[in-house]
Amino acid sequence: MLRVNTSGVEVEERQDRFLQGVKDCVPTLLGYLSIGFAAGVIGHTSGLSIAEVLLMSLLIYAGSAQFIVSGMIAAQGPAAAIIVTVFVVNLRHLLLSAAISPYFRHLAPIKTLFIGSLLTDETFGVAMGEAMNQKKINEKWMYGLNITAYLNWILATVAGAYFGQWMTSPEKFGLDFALSAMFIGLLVIQIRSRGNISKDLVVAVSAVVVVTAFSLVLSGSMAVIAATVIAATIGVVIDRWK
Amino acid sequence: MEVRWHIFWIIVGASAVTLIPRVVPLAVLSRIHIPDWAMRWLNYVPIAVMAALVGNELVKVDGEPFSISSHIELIAAVPTFLTAILTRSLLGTVAVGIVAMLLLRLWI
Repeated sequence: MLRVNTSGVEVEERQDRFLQGVKDCVPTLLGYLSIGFAAGVIGHTSGLSIAEVLLMSLLIYAGSAQFIVSGMIAAQGPAAAIIVTVFVVNLRHLLLSAAISPYFRHLAPIKTLFIGSLLTDETFGVAMGEAMNQKKINEKWMYGLNITAYLNWILATVAGAYFGQWMTSPEKFGLDFALSAMFIGLLVIQIRSRGNISKDLVVAVSAVVVVTAFSLVLSGSMAVIAATVIAATIGVVIDRWK
Repeated sequence: MEVRWHIFWIIVGASAVTLIPRVVPLAVLSRIHIPDWAMRWLNYVPIAVMAALVGNELVKVDGEPFSISSHIELIAAVPTFLTAILTRSLLGTVAVGIVAMLLLRLWI
């Protein structure tokens, strides 16, 4: 009897965790929906079919990359150039994946592959908020977060591709600002919850200054990578001084 | 409603180069011990990368004199930042950002 009870509690606990991950994803859904919708519209206006937009969301699952693929296909860029550009734009995932890795030490490699394959700027932001004051992140919670975000993204891009037939300028509705607004929200909420405001602000301001300076000589995505590396290093140096 | 072959291969190639940086650090670094200084460095990555993304989206240096219409994102960012600081709500922040941008586009 006792054994049945315990496993029953465990099943409930696991479902709770998954559902909690789904719930914690909800605040990002509007942002995902509007960016995904915009990405779908752009895909359509670039001459991609709904099936091609769907395939792109299923396999690539990265907003910035999908905007770039659409744009370069419309401009009839060579396949190799498109793939290299996508690689450079998504290199920042290296840093996100590395930063989140300590919280998944307890998992088998195959599970970390599954978690990593659905890692985005937004789910990373939510997960690092969850990781605050914890040594590990619950895998079921992470699946709930990741799968919700993934399905929402697919839905949004396909809807965008479908309605793109009638809607040619998503920026008229302010949708192009959804991505920036989401990054602002994730940044501010993280700084406020870490309890290390002065050091975090120095790092954040350094990142903005460096990315602005580097964007004069590098592409936007390379400037973001360089600024991230330099600003995080500045943070470590400040730690040393204190 | 079909997928053309050359588009298919572009998508497959792009998905492979997206997948690798996502999974390799997670798979490798969660197996080995990470030294203390590296952990402290990684600790600053979330703030650094989000701030860099925000800066990259908002601040445009083009050598032109400052005008409201060419820096509309910076103005929309003000109520967006205030909402994030005051409410700590991601949903509210995104909603205010979109509405601010919509109104700015209507007026300017």
